[in-house]
Amino acid sequence: MGQPHDPRGNLVRPYAVTRGRTEPRREIPIEAVLVASQAAVQEARFAGHDKYRIAVLCEPKAQSLAEIAAYSRLPLGAARVLVADMVDDGMLALHSAAPKQGFTERMDLLERVLSGLRKL
Amino acid sequence: MDFASSERAGAQPKEITSAKIVVAGGFGVGKTTLVGAVSEIEPLTTEAVMTSAGQGIDDASKVPGKETTTVAMDFGRITMAEDLILYLFGTPGQTRFWFMWDELIRGAVGAAVLVDTRRISDAFAPLDYFENRHLPYIVALNCFDGAPRYEPEEVREALAISPQVPLVMCDARQRDSVKMVLVSVVEHAMRTLVAEQGRGFPAPVG
Repeated sequence: MGQPHDPRGNLVRPYAVTRGRTEPRREIPIEAVLVASQAAVQEARFAGHDKYRIAVLCEPKAQSLAEIAAYSRLPLGAARVLVADMVDDGMLALHSAAPKQGFTERMDLLERVLSGLRKL
Repeated sequence: MDFASSERAGAQPKEITSAKIVVAGGFGVGKTTLVGAVSEIEPLTTEAVMTSAGQGIDDASKVPGKETTTVAMDFGRITMAEDLILYLFGTPGQTRFWFMWDELIRGAVGAAVLVDTRRISDAFAPLDYFENRHLPYIVALNCFDGAPRYEPEEVREALAISPQVPLVMCDARQRDSVKMVLVSVVEHAMRTLVAEQGRGFPAPVG
């Protein structure tokens, strides 16, 4: 893990919160949203400061990976590692991003987005 | 509402779908302004940090005093329904960060390339990029105060965009105008999807 005396200095710093891990346990699209239950927030109290903050953020309303990274002031890659851990550990529910396949599924989504925009 | 079943995070009542539209264009063309005009939150910034182990664009380890490169993207959010959220992502201004663009367009509904008529050549790189990807895109002319006005056809010619790519005029500060741009993106995505289906092409994935 890490190179404590790395002459490149803060090269590894963005990933300090993940203890140097840069590969997430699962891929999470930047716009996929995550939700934490109240029980999950309680559980996250013991999972470290960063994970707890993320759980608290995702309890009142669903937040995308991009929002989690922005509000936590973490680089996207580091946030993705933490969030992927939390999904695997049952602290966050990962919701689906837009369907990429299937004509009907994709068309239904486009129609819903279109009507949502028109109502703005 | 069934509270008893929400013991664990996995037991949410409803699956939430999120979609995204990408807003591209040169530096200072008004991408963040456009996002802010319709977003329910102040546009946020997320940063991707590229290290020497990254995408081979910069070998950061060989540049003294510049260990990492940070690529910033602004984005906004529109909650359309309890189970539907639309995100708007502005691309990083620097077009050399293609690796980040690839991530941004994966699974996107479509894109709008924002153009400033005073710096029309700034749009070349984003247009080239989208032409080489299977992502429906439209061109939106941001009509800055005092900028020279051109006929849409003149701009179309200057940018060499094909006739099937929609071109719209907009004011990135105006909510209704931005709404119209986004509606054009989605309508174009629908036409593209129908055309693909008609030709029997497999739907492109990300």
